[in-house]
Amino acid sequence: MSNLKVLINGIVNENPTFVLLLGMCPTLGTTSSAENGMGMGLATMFVLICSNVVISAIKNLVPDMVRIPIFVVVIASFVTILDMLMQAYVPDLYKTLGLFIPLIVVNCILLGRAEAFACKNSPVASFFDGLGIGLGFTIALTLLGAVRELLGTGKVFGLEIYPEQYGMLTFVLAPGAFIALGFLIAIVNRLRKA
Amino acid sequence: MKKLESSLKNMLLSLTGFAVVAGVLLGLVNGVTADPIAQAKAAALGNAIAVVVPGFDNNPAEASDTVEVNGASYIIYKATKGGQPVGVAVQSSANGFGGALTVLVGFDNEGNIIDYSLLGHTETPGLGSKADVWFKKGGKGDIIGKNPGEKPLTVSKDGGDIDAITASTITSRAFLLAVNNAYAAYKGQQVDGASGASQQASPAEAPAAAEENENVGKE
Amino acid sequence: MEYVLIFITAIFVNNIVLSQFLGICPFLGVSKKVETAVGMGMAVTFVLVLATIVTFVVQKFVLDAFGLEYLQTIAFILVIAALVQMVEIILKKVSPALYQALGVFLPLITTNCCVLGVAILVIQKDFDLLTGIVYAFSTALGFALALIIFAGIREQLSLVKIPKGMQGMSIALVTAGLLAMAFMGFSGVDKGLSALFGLN
Repeated sequence: MSNLKVLINGIVNENPTFVLLLGMCPTLGTTSSAENGMGMGLATMFVLICSNVVISAIKNLVPDMVRIPIFVVVIASFVTILDMLMQAYVPDLYKTLGLFIPLIVVNCILLGRAEAFACKNSPVASFFDGLGIGLGFTIALTLLGAVRELLGTGKVFGLEIYPEQYGMLTFVLAPGAFIALGFLIAIVNRLRKA
Repeated sequence: MKKLESSLKNMLLSLTGFAVVAGVLLGLVNGVTADPIAQAKAAALGNAIAVVVPGFDNNPAEASDTVEVNGASYIIYKATKGGQPVGVAVQSSANGFGGALTVLVGFDNEGNIIDYSLLGHTETPGLGSKADVWFKKGGKGDIIGKNPGEKPLTVSKDGGDIDAITASTITSRAFLLAVNNAYAAYKGQQVDGASGASQQASPAEAPAAAEENENVGKE
Repeated sequence: MEYVLIFITAIFVNNIVLSQFLGICPFLGVSKKVETAVGMGMAVTFVLVLATIVTFVVQKFVLDAFGLEYLQTIAFILVIAALVQMVEIILKKVSPALYQALGVFLPLITTNCCVLGVAILVIQKDFDLLTGIVYAFSTALGFALALIIFAGIREQLSLVKIPKGMQGMSIALVTAGLLAMAFMGFSGVDKGLSALFGLN
């Protein structure tokens, strides 16, 4: 498989949110606005690319029986690094995403890609896999965030589309996250079949 | 390179190896980012203080006092210009709808509210979270320029003259309680200080005493 | 009384799944039958309480004591993973019946973010150990409650005609949304209770 194919595969055919249905907690928890969704997507992408490349580079040093704990250590290290970098340089975004940053560790996408892709392929291919899946996740989160923000507050990325008092606040709150994602998945299913 | 076998020795070696490498790496990154993190936190506080009490030339973040009133503690940042006090920023919090609501309120020397900044909250997005602009100048529940010493701030529902945030009375009450308490902490501190306050420190409401607070407002 | 308040708040008002968005994967994944939902709920309760105790001790006596707070994430996830494995091995030896009931769910719990999430929350909220345990236990019960209700609805859902595009996860998510909306009705209950108990 060429690198480009790996990349596109991650965004379209194996889109982690709409097709594989992985990493639901941050998907629902951090998408109250398009900006937050994008921030979370990019944060996850950073960890995913780093962990994919490193895991693929060290795969021969890791005995099979203990591979999961070692993968978890690698992932958790990058999450902690990200955590500290975000606290230092983008404190506002860090405050909004809150608990969901350390919880990237238990995002099934990361361990899933480590198991399914990185421990069988070269670091370069793993890089593109991480980039593709990461972009797919970011796009999905941004889209969901934009839909919720638009329906809930009449804005997208903070730009007013229609007056706020006509917004359906539910979509910014917890129930709206589930409902909006449910309908988005239905639409994506329909488009993929067409 | 051949894949390592899953013998006990290999497993232990590689587990320990990776754990040590990860630990050292994180220690390094922690060392590098510790300063920027502290700076970012100080900058956020500094910006908030600059918003609520403009026009000072000292570093209020370093000239702070912690005051205990009725078991709750308040941090008071003193702003001065050319050595003369121009106002204070008081950090205060109260229980809102979803949890603690923390505000930084700026008072001038007479105790009038200059401005405020919402430092942290867990209110419902789109409802209670509107408190960050609602009570500002031009907002519907404008409290800027008011003096809680003359009349504690209360929402109109409780007989006061501040419009509560639509559909968020609890948040509004908590917010005003935090502001009133901040004032009480400021006054209590001023009486102790050399400035000799003209006004008596208004009795500090305990965080739970929202009801009493409202009765005062009806006077 | 404080504990009663934490208990009710964690189960109904701030339900871990329906308002905090933690533990969504098992919530969507193992909720096709009530029976499995009950098993998963029990397993999570068991592990969550244990994990909270162990991570609390690790935080206070290892990380805080040596100034290694920045290793929190990595330490907690390893502790939880090891703990789950140990629980699995011990259960197998000590109580085969319980192992039969919970066994299949245990490996899934390591990647259940509500375990790590609650462990971190207990530290962030600065609870003492007993409060932390009450909080963890009630949170887990809240998780189990949401899971079992949801499984009950999904059992009924399989008997209904659903438009093609909405089948599967899509309708499940919309259902979860309605359930979350129902739980929103509890919001504010904690305020009333704390006033009733005279706490604040």
